[in-house]
Amino acid sequence: MGEPLITLEHVTRTFDVKRQTIKAVDDISLTIPEGEVLCLVGESGCGKTTTGKMIAGLLATSAGRILYRGQDIATMNRADRRRYRLGVQMVHQDPYASLNPVQMIYNIIAAPLQHHGFTRGEAATRERVRELLTTVDLTPPDDYLEKYPHQLSGGQRQRVSVARALTVRPSFIIADEAVSMVDVSIRISLLKMFGRLKDEMGVGVLFITHDLALAKYFAWEGRIGVMYLGRLAEIGPAQQVVAHPQHPYTQVLLSAIPEADPDRTRSKQRIELRSMDVPSLLRLPSGCAFHPRCPAFAGEICEKVVPPLKKAGWGSDVACHLVK
Amino acid sequence: MEPILSVRDLTIEYAARRGKVRAIRSVSFDVRRGEALALIGESGSGKTTLGLGIVQLLPSTARIAGGSIVYRRYSDTGQPMRETEVLTLKDADLRRFRWAECAMVFQSALNALNPVLRISDHFADTAKAHRYLSGPRQGAALTERSRHLLSRVRLDPDRVWRAFPHELSGGMRQRVLIALSLLLEPQLLILDEPTTALDILTQRNIMDVLKELRTQLDFSLVFISHDLSLAAELADRVATVYAGKIVEIGEVYTIFRNPHHPYTIGLIKAVPTLTSDKSELTSIPGSPPDLIELPSGCKFHPRCPLADDHCRREEPELIDVESGHRVACWRWQDARAVLKAYQV
Ligand SMILES: Nc1ncnc2c1ncn2[C@@H]1O[C@H](COP(=O)(O)OP(=O)(O)OP(=O)(O)O)[C@@H](O)[C@H]1O
Ligand SMILES: Nc1ncnc2c1ncn2[C@@H]1O[C@H](COP(=O)(O)OP(=O)(O)OP(=O)(O)O)[C@@H](O)[C@H]1O
Ligand code: SF4
Ligand SMILES: [Mg+2]
Ligand SMILES: [Mg+2]
Repeated sequence: MGEPLITLEHVTRTFDVKRQTIKAVDDISLTIPEGEVLCLVGESGCGKTTTGKMIAGLLATSAGRILYRGQDIATMNRADRRRYRLGVQMVHQDPYASLNPVQMIYNIIAAPLQHHGFTRGEAATRERVRELLTTVDLTPPDDYLEKYPHQLSGGQRQRVSVARALTVRPSFIIADEAVSMVDVSIRISLLKMFGRLKDEMGVGVLFITHDLALAKYFAWEGRIGVMYLGRLAEIGPAQQVVAHPQHPYTQVLLSAIPEADPDRTRSKQRIELRSMDVPSLLRLPSGCAFHPRCPAFAGEICEKVVPPLKKAGWGSDVACHLVK
Repeated sequence: MEPILSVRDLTIEYAARRGKVRAIRSVSFDVRRGEALALIGESGSGKTTLGLGIVQLLPSTARIAGGSIVYRRYSDTGQPMRETEVLTLKDADLRRFRWAECAMVFQSALNALNPVLRISDHFADTAKAHRYLSGPRQGAALTERSRHLLSRVRLDPDRVWRAFPHELSGGMRQRVLIALSLLLEPQLLILDEPTTALDILTQRNIMDVLKELRTQLDFSLVFISHDLSLAAELADRVATVYAGKIVEIGEVYTIFRNPHHPYTIGLIKAVPTLTSDKSELTSIPGSPPDLIELPSGCKFHPRCPLADDHCRREEPELIDVESGHRVACWRWQDARAVLKAYQV
């Protein structure tokens, strides 16, 4: 794997809600090498999108720093800042919200090309737009140039969003999967397309999803990070995290997931939580935030001490007092 | 098993600016007593329309262009009591049917509770509207039944009973709605995307609640989901819906182990499981058809690797390919070949 592309150092993000402060992301440290596929999974509200937005520079950190190619994104000079802005692109996966409805596909893609000076002249721009549409499997491209977003299916619109993100030749794409927006039959072909971008152009991807099976499929040789209430509970090689989950939360998640196979899903061993209540970020449990629900709860240490993320088995890092 | 609901040649259209949206096209199937039937299929295939058609809650732009829906009530001992043609029900009879015979929990259910009413009021209002346990001395009985239902869906009645909807999480609200829908003891419950938009652990909880309810109470379940794993977990039978038609229906194990329709095969192969290998996953080329300008012949033919002239010319109807397993495909015998074709 390549040089560190993105580094998070003790990144925290708070929000003020009802005159109280919540920690949406709490002390996350993480290095993403160039060309890596990293999937972030976890339940709703655990901070995945907030993390993605901070990496994309769409949201400032409240504490800690984010480095792009070794430079702090908050203090970098103009030229570096421009490279970073273009280098890291976020693709909103909601195909209904993200494209301007009154613009033709050609214009949607041509605008950033021209604006950032990636192409000069009408003919070159047209050629590059065609190329990009072909890259995202919208072929033959000429069928799409003059269409408006509403004339495309949801999956096709997402491809257009990706093509638009690719105009500026990014080295890293953040794809946030809005809950089940995409149809299963289209989802895989979209992910295959991201996979190709990585293989052929070395584009790294941060993929945010609720679906661990999908995360394993997509990350395959990359990593999966499991978040719980703003913290990383476990992060490691995708296949190992699924085959050998070490954090009790990861274990519970994997045991709870229904699978598209009646034999397997009906014979799965379940791990029961101690409590079904999801704690509010306004009243975060002390110590390990998972302790009130944790099936492996070990008493005082879990209640009092925040477990640090540290090296564990299978090449993973795990934040649990019981994992050595 | 005796059917409690028999849908025959049901056709539903929406009027849209561009023309007629042919959302449900001549659909026939039975819901058997006590079974859980899953309707699966992609977004826009017509699943919700079918559910809304059964409870007669279609929006005003929709029109039932034909067909019939026969509902049968059974006595506690399992004797058939009476048959009703749902499509001809009116006013009070229709309202009664909707809650006391067949209840539906909607796709956008999380916002379905009235924000200014306490949970207890939701139960009281529903009972009152249907004159159920709402006589002068029946208040205590109603409270007891409601609280009992709440505990059946694993909610703590003491905590939930006086709460307002916003005080509850999404999963709790979904369970309140399921409890509420069971208040009038319907024989049939339709759940539209009951777990979509909920978290994994909350989804698991809802699924367990539904499984438990089915062993304790006597009702049939139709659930609509684009999530195949929910069907694999909960259903006795599965029906695949494509472009407004059921293209395959059968027992859950048959559908997952031995699907015969190229679309069902593609759908199942497109969903990763925790143990599947990367190379096993495939995607279906193309995208779902426009329901206003449908393709000729088999509606799946533009995406189907097996399509031939016959497929392009004539639409296949459901036929029995083995006992209890029906498929609408001209080339179902070659369906296994589709796997290789999807592989690329
Ligand atoms: N702008 C904001 N103002 C206040 N609170 C916010 C804001 N953005 C996010 N939050 C809160 O921060 C927490 C983390 O939110 P985030 O959107 O990152 O979660 P997520 O993991 O992406 O969830 P989901 O899976 O539902 O998309 C949530 O509790 C959310 O309500
Ligand atoms: N009120 C309406 N007016 C016009 N067309 C409609 C209306 N409601 C639904 N449709 C169309 O009817 C078709 C079937 O929609 P339906 O909501 O039944 O699909 P679905 O299978 O439930 O999809 P999803 O999985 O997205 O919920 C779609 O093409 C949809 O655009
Ligand atoms: S009928 Fe023809 S086009 Fe339709 S699914 Fe079968 S083989 Fe494919
Ligand atoms: Mg999010
Ligand atoms: Mg629907």
